[in-house]
Amino acid sequence: MNRYPLWKYIVIVVALLIGAMYTLPNFFGESPAVQVSSGKPTVKVDAALMSRVEALLKDAKLETTGMFFDTTTLNSTIRARFRDTDVQLQAKDALQRALNPNADDPSYIVALNLISNTPAWLKSLHALPMYLGLDLRGGVHFLLQVDMRAAVDKRLETFTSDIRTLLREKNIRHSGISKSATEIEIKFRDAETRARAEDLIRGQVRELTLREEGTGADLLLFATLSPAAQKEIQESALKQNITTLHNRVNELGVAEPVIQQQGADRIVVQLPGVQDVARAKSLLGRTATLEIRMVDQEAMASGGAGALTVPERKSDGTVTPVVLKRDVVVTGNQLNNASATIDSQTQRPAVSVRLDEAGGRAMRAITRDNIGKLMAIVLYERGKGEAISVARIQGEFGNQFQITGNFSVQETTDLALLIRSGSLAAPMEIIEERTIGPSLGRENIERGFRSTLYGFAAIAAFMILYYRVFGLISVVSLSVNVMLLVALLSLLQATLTLPGIAAIALTLGMAIDANVLINERVREELRNGRTAQQAITEGYEKAFATILDSNVTTLIAGVALLTFGSGPVRGFAVVHVLGILTSIFSAVFVSRAIVNLVYGYRKKLQTLSIGQIWRPDTAAVPAK
Amino acid sequence: MEFFRIKRTIPFMRYSLILNAISFISFGIAVFFLVTRGLSLSVDFTGGTVIEISYPQAANLEQIRGAIEQKGWGEFQVQNFGTSRDVLIRLPVEKGYTSGQQAERVMQTLKSQDANVELKRVEFVGPAVGEELAHDGALALLLVVVGIMIYLAFRFEWKFSVAAIVANLHDVVLVIGMFAIFRWEFSLPVLAAVLAVLGYSVNESVIIFDRVREHFKKFRKMTTVEVIDSAITATISRTIITHGSTLCMTLAMYFFGGPALHYFALALTIGIIFGIYSSVFVAAAIAMYLGVKREDLVKPVKKEEGQELVP
Repeated sequence: MNRYPLWKYIVIVVALLIGAMYTLPNFFGESPAVQVSSGKPTVKVDAALMSRVEALLKDAKLETTGMFFDTTTLNSTIRARFRDTDVQLQAKDALQRALNPNADDPSYIVALNLISNTPAWLKSLHALPMYLGLDLRGGVHFLLQVDMRAAVDKRLETFTSDIRTLLREKNIRHSGISKSATEIEIKFRDAETRARAEDLIRGQVRELTLREEGTGADLLLFATLSPAAQKEIQESALKQNITTLHNRVNELGVAEPVIQQQGADRIVVQLPGVQDVARAKSLLGRTATLEIRMVDQEAMASGGAGALTVPERKSDGTVTPVVLKRDVVVTGNQLNNASATIDSQTQRPAVSVRLDEAGGRAMRAITRDNIGKLMAIVLYERGKGEAISVARIQGEFGNQFQITGNFSVQETTDLALLIRSGSLAAPMEIIEERTIGPSLGRENIERGFRSTLYGFAAIAAFMILYYRVFGLISVVSLSVNVMLLVALLSLLQATLTLPGIAAIALTLGMAIDANVLINERVREELRNGRTAQQAITEGYEKAFATILDSNVTTLIAGVALLTFGSGPVRGFAVVHVLGILTSIFSAVFVSRAIVNLVYGYRKKLQTLSIGQIWRPDTAAVPAK
Repeated sequence: MEFFRIKRTIPFMRYSLILNAISFISFGIAVFFLVTRGLSLSVDFTGGTVIEISYPQAANLEQIRGAIEQKGWGEFQVQNFGTSRDVLIRLPVEKGYTSGQQAERVMQTLKSQDANVELKRVEFVGPAVGEELAHDGALALLLVVVGIMIYLAFRFEWKFSVAAIVANLHDVVLVIGMFAIFRWEFSLPVLAAVLAVLGYSVNESVIIFDRVREHFKKFRKMTTVEVIDSAITATISRTIITHGSTLCMTLAMYFFGGPALHYFALALTIGIIFGIYSSVFVAAAIAMYLGVKREDLVKPVKKEEGQELVP
């Protein structure tokens, strides 16, 4: 008798149900949608905006089929789904007009988009359609190499000027400071001065490792970045570059941009649906700049026009113009770092800013002469300035100062990020670029699907002809395999690429191997004179060891591909490895369960429908 | 329906010497071409730019060549891709041009010739990335070989593990050799296909070895050659059917998958065909030459294998 215990059937049924559920979203397709995201670093997308968009659409008598507020990405977005592209285009125009009264200086980015029609209950279970790679949906892929040496060099430069200032302030006489690619060299005339300098630097600049060299009147002190500091610099450079890229990509209104670290010093940027590569590239390479200027208080008081007027967005949301003086006190490239902090005197959130030596000197000079006056920090993006902070100068300060104001902790973090994101921490170079047109993406999906379908049809026809009922069972279990594979890919949100579709096809071709092994074994057992029930048991048991062995070797190859592969190879390997796992399950357990259900409960089973069994000694006889 | 009505054990090993000689010679030819001619590596490995464009009517390749020639970028290729309307342009890495600037320049010129040209795909790979990919590819190959050898040595015996790897590296070299001989483009997907073939055809050898082990236990009086022959005979029908099915898939990919999957499917198809041949005639033969014996596989300590001794 071939029967499975009840729990095995339950496990299989549950697996199939879960598989079906996660495969389901792939059949719903996509609907046109309009996406609203922030167009400026200072503009926030929140629940209030959501209700505003909703009201605007209602006023315009445009019916949405769903509104979504997405905060999962770094930059939150609001998406409204529509029945067809006509409504979508009308909605886009309506929102564009209402949200951005000034078309030249948009506060929000309103972009056309597609979103999946998956019902909400499936979405809440994280059942989403497969994530299509760029070669299937079209778009741009960039691989950027971050120049880490430049990042480290830049920081070393800062330390050099810091040390110079420090020694001057403390009246420690040295006979020259110079910087090479990896270290700072300071010359001294006597050992006592050197010892004092060493103490001072050790106390003030913890990121440096100091080393003494030289004799007599030619004493040297070498300062190198400690490995920990170097690592920290590289990590923060990479993080800052990613943040900057995020901010910039946001402007393109791309639906689901991927910006990820790859390895220690690379960043992958994938922009699905973007066709204008030139614009994308110029955006990625662009620098936003920060400036510090004095506010022209006389001009403001008299209501006259000064050299330059920029808007200031206050924390209550109102916008007031600020008149600025012509001279720039500090420019963005004199800025080294910004971080959120708590002001030690007032215990309130503040942003700590650090300038380089030249910036510090300029700052010291201007603050000394202008205590009590207003100073503005202006952020320039797309050639337009906006005052992100206007503050009163409380005292003289140098290269390190704090911006205090009516900030919440969240605002100081944002502001610090903003100031940092103004520029890239280290230069980047595009070392790989792939652009795939949307028509090619569609073609690729179609071709991949078609070849899988035709191949599958041919195999199915052959299996059923050759193995009859057992062949049909094999085909069913093969279909289960495809379903489980698609479900797994959807569940893991692994990227499906064209090589990935090829891997699905190949997996099917290989998965049939397990079925053939089993069917051939069963036939062989019948040929050797076993009864039908015995043949099933023996056939499956003997075939299992072989199936396991052969799949493990294939798996080894798959895992190696996964480990070392990149790009198309990886896309192939992911599906290949998952496919091997699902095929073992479906070929061994699912097909056995079906065989058990069909044959296992018949007491007087005489024949199996597995095609003709030919024996060498007699003429063809029906299977026993 | 039964395709394989095999009356007796087929003496596969009788032909092993001559077939192995042929294998050896073809292996030599493949290596010769790999060394002298080399692979025509895609931009994935060499670095450079590939541009795929499409015209509404048949493309004038001469005109396109002329336009690119003017730029003086050295060796380039212009060829049809799939249909006469689609064109693939390959450009070498050019100093002073970062990223896809070359592609932009080409598109500008081509647009001025014919405004209807559509850019379908641009791939730019920097030279450093190319080297890295080649390096990673070689490393992946090594890892696969070592991993499979360890697994087989553990599951069977070192002689089988050596035999399987030699047989299947032979497949890989022949497939790559074909790419060298016919100047087919060797790209990243092709590398993936080659590695998949390696795993796949080892799998084939494993199935035969599995039977060899079983028959060693079952037929105590047979000689090694007889056991190998009987094992291959017992599995030949499965071998042909399985590979037939897999070939259905790869051929479907080859014919319907479009140009993007062309060489990928081709590498798989050739690899599978060589895989059948090598696991039947090469792997078992090498194990035989290495002097595989009953004692190597049938250990005195047997546990769950006892039931398989039932005739």
